[in-house]
Amino acid sequence: MSLEGQHPVNLNTLYQQVILDHYKKPRNKGELLVDPVFGKHLHNPTCGDDIEVTVNLDAEGKIEDVKWNGRGCSISMASASMMSIALRGKTPNEAKSMMTAFYGMMKGEAGTYKSLGELQALSGVSKFPVRIKCATLAWHCVEEGMKEREEIDNKGGSANG
Amino acid sequence: MTLDVARIRQDFPILHQEMNGHPLVYLDNAATTQKPRQVIQALVDYYEGYNANVHRGIHTLAERATEGFEGARVKIARFIGSPTPEQVVFTRNGSEGLNIVAYGWARRRLGPGDVIITSGMEHHSNLIPWQQTALATGATLKFIDLDQDGTLNQESYDRLLSEGGVKLVAFSVASNVLGTINPVTDMVAKAHAAGAKVALDAVQAVPHMPVDVKAWDADFISVAGHKMLGPTGTGFLWGKMDLLEEMEPTYFGGSMISEVHLSGAKWADVPAKFEAGTPNIADFIAFGAAVDYLSAIGMENVYKHEKALTEYAWQKLHAIEGMRTFGPRQPRAGLISFDVEGIHPHDMSAVLNEYGVAIRVGHHCAQPLMEILDVPATNRASFYIYNTMEEVDRLVDALLHAKEFFGYVA
Ligand SMILES: Cc1ncc(COP(=O)(O)O)c(C=O)c1O
Repeated sequence: MSLEGQHPVNLNTLYQQVILDHYKKPRNKGELLVDPVFGKHLHNPTCGDDIEVTVNLDAEGKIEDVKWNGRGCSISMASASMMSIALRGKTPNEAKSMMTAFYGMMKGEAGTYKSLGELQALSGVSKFPVRIKCATLAWHCVEEGMKEREEIDNKGGSANG
Repeated sequence: MTLDVARIRQDFPILHQEMNGHPLVYLDNAATTQKPRQVIQALVDYYEGYNANVHRGIHTLAERATEGFEGARVKIARFIGSPTPEQVVFTRNGSEGLNIVAYGWARRRLGPGDVIITSGMEHHSNLIPWQQTALATGATLKFIDLDQDGTLNQESYDRLLSEGGVKLVAFSVASNVLGTINPVTDMVAKAHAAGAKVALDAVQAVPHMPVDVKAWDADFISVAGHKMLGPTGTGFLWGKMDLLEEMEPTYFGGSMISEVHLSGAKWADVPAKFEAGTPNIADFIAFGAAVDYLSAIGMENVYKHEKALTEYAWQKLHAIEGMRTFGPRQPRAGLISFDVEGIHPHDMSAVLNEYGVAIRVGHHCAQPLMEILDVPATNRASFYIYNTMEEVDRLVDALLHAKEFFGYVA
């Protein structure tokens, strides 16, 4: 199905095919990890978006699995779906740089975002300021979940939190 | 149709523009309405011809400004059937009036054991002031059950009243999400029989239907001027005179006093007592022009026009697969909230905007109601005197485009 050309130009900037694809067929969505290394549930009251992300690390400390669930607009759902794929195999530090790059792209900062792969499809969101919160909600889940995990670990708390 | 919409539209310059290559279709009137030339001109006339502070100077400009400002109060009083203009207290918006009641009346009269009744369909403006009053006084807040069809369950209301201790009942005449029009006179009479006072949120009612405050018989009524062709920064609280007189003011300072000594002060008469400081003079004069405009059209005609539009939209919307609307079919205010399966309201609004159609999406300042309806957000199309059947068609066309764009996600 080719929607390009039939629909207003702006719409195709915001909603690239890959976004609609992830929205209709979200990856890693549904059941959450039972005993994740870290995770977070966040809610954006202004639009009602609601996302929970859970993350497991493998023996080497790399992200092994990202599972998420939630409801929201196509932008927030697609962003969570693409993120869940992109983060796999990354170390927490690599995940953090990816996060920084993603936030930079959302703010419309100049730069190349090749490292973000298909997430670059979300670059159009930077032109729709009210939607930036939608696109970043899942990322904030990972960011805050990771931070909480680090705080617990730094205090020497038990690994199972 | 009872209104000459084509002529009315000529009075609204803002409507004659394109949005993303399409004629603008403004269906966000429940948030704020557009302003006719007559209202905009009233602002210009004031600033170009007789700008001065009110109630203070004795020079001619000050007299003319005061006359214009107080003239607006008289017009508004007549518009709602108020026995006197003084019972119309000017506020900045619909929220302020309810806060004045909360601070000046409820907080001083309620205590532990007392009950405030409200409902789950309220705008945050008619909920949070009472939550705060309950917190401050130890009073209890109780909620009338909401039925499946979006109406208030009257048996639940009767039961809450019969449980006793009720000092205040606060509810909206018309819901800004469900469109429900509540049985005001009946509910007010029952509250009075139980010894309670009544505060009405009439923000979505007074702009859209003929209103006689004497018939409602409520104690306090809050209204927003910017939702009835007036400028932003305007609204009013109507109250029964004896209550306004015994109430304490919320703001203190200039204009609201009769006598001041270093040791204390006496308040001015109603309404000045509640209007501390220099008001939005130009905006209230223009609000008066808005009331003139609506009076000339006739509120019965306004109501009929919106009803026809809403009925038409209801039928067209329900022909769309996956459509869910909220609230009763009739009677309803001139707005429809809806959800289209598989399309989040934010996405919907983004698509509609590309077709020039402006609707409101989100929680509509009614988060508890969203919880009750179990939706994160809704779409809302709300109509006014300048909207046409063709615009309803444009809305529906844009909705169909959105459905096609997002495919069908179940
Ligand atoms: C039912 C209802 N009550 C209160 C308000 C608050 O009015 P305002 O925004 O003028 O304070 C609104 C407007 O959003 C409303 O729709």
